[in-house]
Amino acid sequence: MFILRLINDQLLKMQWLSELVRSLTENVFGLDISTRLGGSIHFFVYDIIKIFILLTVLIYLVSYIQSYFPPERTRAILGRFRGITGNALGALLGTITPFCSCSSIPLFIGFTSAGLPLGVTFSFLLSSPFVDLASMVLLASIFNWKIAIVYVVVGVVLAIIGGTIISKMKLEQYVAPFVFHQEVSEFEEGTVMTRRERMTYAWDQVTDIVKRIWVYIVIGVAIGAAIHNWIPAELISTLLGQDKWYSVLLATAIGIPMYADIFGALPIAEALVYKGVGVGTVLAFMMAVTAISPPSLIMLNQVVKSKLMAVFVSVVIVGIIIIGYILNGFNTLLI
Amino acid sequence: MDIKILGPGCSRCASLEKEVINALAEMDVTADVKKVKDIQEIMSYKIMSTPALVVNGKVKVAGKVPKREEIKRYIKEELA
Repeated sequence: MFILRLINDQLLKMQWLSELVRSLTENVFGLDISTRLGGSIHFFVYDIIKIFILLTVLIYLVSYIQSYFPPERTRAILGRFRGITGNALGALLGTITPFCSCSSIPLFIGFTSAGLPLGVTFSFLLSSPFVDLASMVLLASIFNWKIAIVYVVVGVVLAIIGGTIISKMKLEQYVAPFVFHQEVSEFEEGTVMTRRERMTYAWDQVTDIVKRIWVYIVIGVAIGAAIHNWIPAELISTLLGQDKWYSVLLATAIGIPMYADIFGALPIAEALVYKGVGVGTVLAFMMAVTAISPPSLIMLNQVVKSKLMAVFVSVVIVGIIIIGYILNGFNTLLI
Repeated sequence: MDIKILGPGCSRCASLEKEVINALAEMDVTADVKKVKDIQEIMSYKIMSTPALVVNGKVKVAGKVPKREEIKRYIKEELA
């Protein structure tokens, strides 16, 4: 157990880094970290370094695994299943298939034209932006494993239920007709990558993703540091406190228009939890930020009619709010 | 030479275009570079992830921004 705790504290939570940044703040800047400014500097420097280290390692590992699941293969696997099994598999594969919002349309068309049920495709589209291995480990680092596992489980469940509702509603008529007739290539098993190619691919993903999201992380950490040290706790508990019935609704409403990566949303979530905001409220905020991204919706709107979009968005929002309230009920068990 | 960059207009599509133009300049090759944003036209190349690079009608790479050296190799393939 001692070894496990050591790994958890030093590798995952990086307590050595926290100490290092503390002594840097105190000795170089001459600021006590219990002061506001010192505390902000500590939070900012420590969090940025920690997130970037974890991000690099995690994206590398995750991308290596992902290289075994190109979208073509995922589609071939999903094509063999129907009903709830298909939705469940869609949600799970969504967590490991490489995906960026700019690929959502070709992917949607590729899945649908191959005859995959609409609900399965939506289960996939739902889970892929906000549940993945990297975010799970980061949640474990910032909070704990209980919260990390709960986040992944509720995320996958939401994706399965959301997809199932869309299946049951028979909304195929709201998809642009050309989508069903589009020819797409089959997955060629012949194109197997070598280990070296997978390593190159994984490293390319790291540089590519870091280049794309570092701004969100810096902004997220800066907001986190501001919440942590400058915004009065009373203000936050008035708005988002656990005793407030509207806290989850408000957190979701703030999160929806925000377009950020999950890694940018995490430091904000971290600071909010320290201020006593309920876990359910904070996770609802994170899910709202990542699951509903306006750019991706605008693109998706080119191929599906607004009615289907509205169903999709409402299912996600209602789901997030329900999850938020349920988790707030279990708050004391999670922290 | 006819080069097409397929993508609905995301940041990675823009960086692919920039890399292609740089590669062409370094190789001193002239080509007609066109960005394809229309989703039906993109899908006619049977790809499932963007951005994608099409040289002389052949899909060279999809779903990532290749290194400049890699782009040069694809261009060379079509020059030969």
